[in-house]
Amino acid sequence: MTHQLLQTGSTLDGFKIGEKIHSGGMATLWRVTKPGIDVPIVMKAPAILDGDDATIIVGFEMEMMILPRLSGVHVPKFYAVGDFARQPYLVMEYIQGKSLFSFIDRAPLPPEEVISLGAKVATALVDLHRQNVLHLDIKPSNIMLRESGEAALIDFGLSRHLLLPDLLEEEFRVPMGTGPYIAPEQIMKNRSDPRSDIYSLGVLLYYLATNVRPFGVPQAQSSLKTRLWRDPVPPRKLNPQIPPALQEIILRCLEVDPDQRYATPAQLAFDLANPSQAPLTERATRMERNSYFDAWRRWFASLGAEGGPQQPRSAQNNLAPIIMVAVDLSDDMEPLWDELRTNVKRILATMPGVRIACVNVLKLNRLTINYTLDESGRNVHVQRLVELKEWGRPLGLSQERITFHVIEHMDPAVALIDYAKMNHVDQVLIGARTTTTLRRLLGSTASQVVAEAPCTVTVVRAPVTSGAVILAADTEEARADSP
Amino acid sequence: MRIAFLSDIHGNREALDACLAHTERRKADRLVFLGDLVGYGADPVYVVDRVREAMEKGALCILGNHDEAAARGVTTAMNDYARAALDWTFNTLDADARRFLQELPMRIEEDDRLYVHSEASAPLAWAYVTDVATAERSMRATSHRITFCGHVHKPQLYHMQPQRPPILFVPQARTPIPLIGNRKWLAVQGAVGQPRDQNPLAAYTIYDTDTNELSFHRVPYDIEAAAQKIHAASLPQILAARLFIGR
Repeated sequence: MTHQLLQTGSTLDGFKIGEKIHSGGMATLWRVTKPGIDVPIVMKAPAILDGDDATIIVGFEMEMMILPRLSGVHVPKFYAVGDFARQPYLVMEYIQGKSLFSFIDRAPLPPEEVISLGAKVATALVDLHRQNVLHLDIKPSNIMLRESGEAALIDFGLSRHLLLPDLLEEEFRVPMGTGPYIAPEQIMKNRSDPRSDIYSLGVLLYYLATNVRPFGVPQAQSSLKTRLWRDPVPPRKLNPQIPPALQEIILRCLEVDPDQRYATPAQLAFDLANPSQAPLTERATRMERNSYFDAWRRWFASLGAEGGPQQPRSAQNNLAPIIMVAVDLSDDMEPLWDELRTNVKRILATMPGVRIACVNVLKLNRLTINYTLDESGRNVHVQRLVELKEWGRPLGLSQERITFHVIEHMDPAVALIDYAKMNHVDQVLIGARTTTTLRRLLGSTASQVVAEAPCTVTVVRAPVTSGAVILAADTEEARADSP
Repeated sequence: MRIAFLSDIHGNREALDACLAHTERRKADRLVFLGDLVGYGADPVYVVDRVREAMEKGALCILGNHDEAAARGVTTAMNDYARAALDWTFNTLDADARRFLQELPMRIEEDDRLYVHSEASAPLAWAYVTDVATAERSMRATSHRITFCGHVHKPQLYHMQPQRPPILFVPQARTPIPLIGNRKWLAVQGAVGQPRDQNPLAAYTIYDTDTNELSFHRVPYDIEAAAQKIHAASLPQILAARLFIGR
């Protein structure tokens, strides 16, 4: 394959080729311009090859298949694709901002910064997985931080679209990924588990927080496998500044068994956004890696176990949603409390991986300054939290599955909608008073949440008349992209 | 151009009508019938008429093994049920319809595409594409970038790089698949009139030559009505029963 068509100064399909800005083992990048496109764009073409390295070609085919199907702020915007018949290329947005690679020099970063970066990358993964794509090569050099703050993922050469053919399946004689970051199941040749991206993000967070790669830089395939039986040194042992919650989050991402990791990037993003609420287990305080005896036992158990192509696991993971329950604790809403719990229980009965986030809004008066204490000097916020926990107690859920949040805001509807957006909530349960003409005219918190939330909203009502058999829930699909 | 591929209608009027209505909603510009218009189902006359009508408006049609057998009345290679249905079909079709079937071409080439009923290596042998080995035999036998075939009643999509064995992808309905890159593709259609992939919905595909995307579609139809006609025609009962379970 040659690049005769691609030279600075020449024009291909209307794209004027400018400066070559990158020439690597896999691909070459040029800045290009085209009348009508007034944002910076680049053209990417597979590297010039002496031999016929199929992996480079197939990786490029994979990117040609996936990038045009992605949208949103967390990926480069796609402009054009050129086929193999003449000259394969992709034209995409040139993302202005910083590569996460540049942050490595400053590692170890302060834990707050690691948490904030982790939340941004997890949010990008939420968006990617919702488009049925697994990245499968998450590492610092494949993550850009836009000037606007969002993380954008680049390079989809090893990625997998779960509804499209996996062109790399045939190339699967060796594990594909980047040594320090590759997930155990990828080493075992499984390219269809969304939780592989969570593992690689865990490696990244570990590295940023400690300046040490949890599994070093493996040089051989045999040393890649070490991570299957040897746990990493707990990050707090390397950097005591790391709070237990961050160690908990990192080590949960790095679990060898995908079932022990976060079920979805949304759940990881949730804990990174609310680290003080992250449920802590033994992982949080661990100070030693697993014993040699345990490593030997796991090494022995791993012999002969090898995956191969698997049926893709749904990237949506419909059984592990985040459900937000908006609980209004005011006295006149008390008749609804049981009804709300009943609806939560129905969801719990069918979805074992569900996480419940109980949210109450402490409405602020814009004139009040010292809002945290009531007339008799009690802390209103703490009192609310206690009441909210009491509301949730009859559900009987362990702390990994339920969290409680009191948000202070002047507008309860706006607070609830923002919370649902920020935390990638899959469904909102919200109580509503019995509808009256006046409420219909003035609008209610519930109706605003129904109209503006980014997900499914279930409105729960208390029975209208006593004695009647009533199913008092309206479900409204507020999600624009529902299939 | 958006080309709809319909294969293995097998005399199933309800399934054909449902699929044709679907192709209109999906804005297909032209139709390609990949063979086996008749056999098994109770409406061979209607199906042949409808296909001939479509061909007057530019549709293409390929010969299938059941079309050949029904046209010539030669059913030696068939199993008992198929033979019973084909004998009935032979007697139901008039001479004109039989001549139409007999004159259908074995294969059609169009740009970088090959249309054939069974597979490309030996179309007259009516071999089945059921796995990677049989797919490879077909894909090596043609230089066309994409082969469209039917015959096995199970939707499958194979893709193959030069010097590599093909890879099977079991397509899901509705997601358009880009047939990109440095490789050949073999698109095996599901059946319109007698699906056998344990999904009773009628199957067909649309290929968009502009976007280079192939969409596999599944269309619900009135199975009850198609089954009742099979009973009414005293065709083997199993031919009606299997429609409900897609086997």
